[in-house]
Amino acid sequence: MAKEPTFAQHLRLYITGYILSIVLTLAAFAAVLTTGKENKSVLILVALLGVAQLVVQLKYFLNVTTQRDRRDNLALILFSSLILLIIVMGTVWIMGNLAVRMHTTM
Amino acid sequence: MNPVSSPKSPGSINPHEAIHRDPEMVIFGFWVFMMSDLIFFGVVFAIYITMVGATAGGPGPKELFDFGSLFAQTMLLLTSSLTAGIATVIVKHERSRAAFLFWVVITLLLGMGFLALELYDFAGMAEKGGVPQRSGYLSAFFGLVPLHGLHVTFGCLWMIVLIVQVFTMGLGDVVKLRFLRLALFWHFLDLIWIGIFSVVYFGGWVYG
Repeated sequence: MAKEPTFAQHLRLYITGYILSIVLTLAAFAAVLTTGKENKSVLILVALLGVAQLVVQLKYFLNVTTQRDRRDNLALILFSSLILLIIVMGTVWIMGNLAVRMHTTM
Repeated sequence: MNPVSSPKSPGSINPHEAIHRDPEMVIFGFWVFMMSDLIFFGVVFAIYITMVGATAGGPGPKELFDFGSLFAQTMLLLTSSLTAGIATVIVKHERSRAAFLFWVVITLLLGMGFLALELYDFAGMAEKGGVPQRSGYLSAFFGLVPLHGLHVTFGCLWMIVLIVQVFTMGLGDVVKLRFLRLALFWHFLDLIWIGIFSVVYFGGWVYG
């Protein structure tokens, strides 16, 4: 493992994470409020910014790394994300399909 | 790692004590809890997504959401994540107890500010007829957003208990490890909030 960061380095890590997450949040709010909330395609941008924010916070705040001695955490997170993806995507897919077949609007 | 493989005779070790010998294991266990909580949140998110539009003639996202308040809540929660992080760095580098307590109290105040704004928001929604029993959409909304609020409430309670413990038990290894788990929990709530403002508020506004 790499040698432990000093107090200042450690602090800088959290502050960098904070600044990045603030920038990403501002970008998401600005995108939605300026393009008008009726524009559906803005959500793609919001989703991308959300994923970027997720990565930033996992790296800087939750200290998840790909380092060999921390692989257990990463494996757990990836597995849980897989389950989450199956549940959420599956639900939206099935219920959306059902709504279309029943001619109801969702 | 394993209490049985400890050099001392296994019988003499209190199992509860043995767990606390390995901080990595305790933190990993907490990650397991958080990931199960993540899946719970995921299910409630899925319900919300399928319920967007099921307003039954009641008020929808366009009438109910206040983006100014949403922005303020987001900033409070993000900043509280940073202050929790600063407290973590202080604990890891064994700086002064007073500095640690200062940052925990700031985090607690930011958390309570977030909760106050959220409750104010819900009251505003209720005034416009946005109550949980009005429609499937509102039931889904009040199933998800206050669930996050409830987590924040318990995080705040946890901080209060921790502050009391620092005064009664001192800032020993056990209390430190409890704080590290609290900090993880707090950052995790921040992540869930990213999902809430993206999916519930922005998504709800566009598709609702």
